[in-house]
Amino acid sequence: MKNFEPVIVAFCCHYCAYTAADMAGSQRLPYPANVKIVRVPCSGKVDALHIVKAFEKGADGVYVAGCLEGDCHFKSGNTKAARRVEYVRKYMEEIGIEPERLEMVYLSAGMGYRFAEVATTITEKIRELGPSPIKSATAGQTGQVAC
Amino acid sequence: MITAERKPLEELIEYVKPYKRILLLGCNECVTVCAAGGRKEVGLLASGLQMALLKSGISIDIRQHTLERQCDPEYVEEIVSMIAGVDAVVSMACGCGVQQLAMRYKDKPIFPAVNTKFMGASERQGVWAERCQGCGNCLLGETGGICPIARCAKQLMNGPCGGSAGGHCEISEDVDCAWQLIWDRLKALGKEESFVEITPAKDWRSGGGSGPRKIIREDLAE
Ligand code: SF4
Ligand code: SF4
Repeated sequence: MKNFEPVIVAFCCHYCAYTAADMAGSQRLPYPANVKIVRVPCSGKVDALHIVKAFEKGADGVYVAGCLEGDCHFKSGNTKAARRVEYVRKYMEEIGIEPERLEMVYLSAGMGYRFAEVATTITEKIRELGPSPIKSATAGQTGQVAC
Repeated sequence: MITAERKPLEELIEYVKPYKRILLLGCNECVTVCAAGGRKEVGLLASGLQMALLKSGISIDIRQHTLERQCDPEYVEEIVSMIAGVDAVVSMACGCGVQQLAMRYKDKPIFPAVNTKFMGASERQGVWAERCQGCGNCLLGETGGICPIARCAKQLMNGPCGGSAGGHCEISEDVDCAWQLIWDRLKALGKEESFVEITPAKDWRSGGGSGPRKIIREDLAE
């Protein structure tokens, strides 16, 4: 597991988490390059299918970052996203992927520091967990997944 | 609508693992509305199934398609060439859709991906509840628009039973007593006399008691 660099997909809402990522950048706060950000108009836009597909395509970890509770620009997108994350975590158990590989986090636009911290903590956690079992299984097979 | 829930992955894996190419077939009607077997659920299941199989070292080509309706022959006819290219079909439609496929494609194994539950209505986002059991002789006109067959645990024609308490059915605090609901509604409508009137024992022949039922509309039937 040495030299394992996880691929982490972060679905970040435009109004808070993505702005926080921007803020982290302008404050020159380092965070792991493992985190690939996908900007979404609202965390509530993130569908179970987006998350599941991310794992299918080789992500080792995924997180959905929305506004702080009560602060969603679209009122309740973040709470809906959190429920969806819970639903997918159960599905992951059925599939045989550790549900810890998926998380919901909340950030405000001004939390550049917190963004960098979350990115680092999650990357470390996934590094500990090792490569996703899907990635390992794919590597052990020829003729990859059809979509 | 007809409601359904996806079967556990474990069960579906057993169905599909002997095959090389399968078609996962959704339906755009009831099962889409109850989020069990529409286009999105087809995508989710295809992805989940693919990953779970991969983990067991099995690689299957999973094709996806969703029909407008699976319970009508004209739509089922559309996929002749698709069916020819696969070894088996996993249908995400209700049991009616699955059977329609099995009847049309006689030499193809067809498996259900969902458990068909009941005829129900949406109570709120994400919650569906049983409302009708298709008894073939609707009583709702006498029962204030609340069905004692689908909603009373004992299917009483002259309820409530002695277990009704505080508006709940004796089977669970989470279940409304249908007869309490009927009484409340009849009272609100000023139709208490309907409640007092004794309903005779129901003739279940119209409700499936005399075998499978069929509707023939002579003006339409060919
Ligand atoms: S009385 Fe019969 S037809 Fe009417 S809602 Fe109840 S089960 Fe359905
Ligand atoms: S408590 Fe009400 S709903 Fe439950 S069985 Fe008795 S009459 Fe039917």
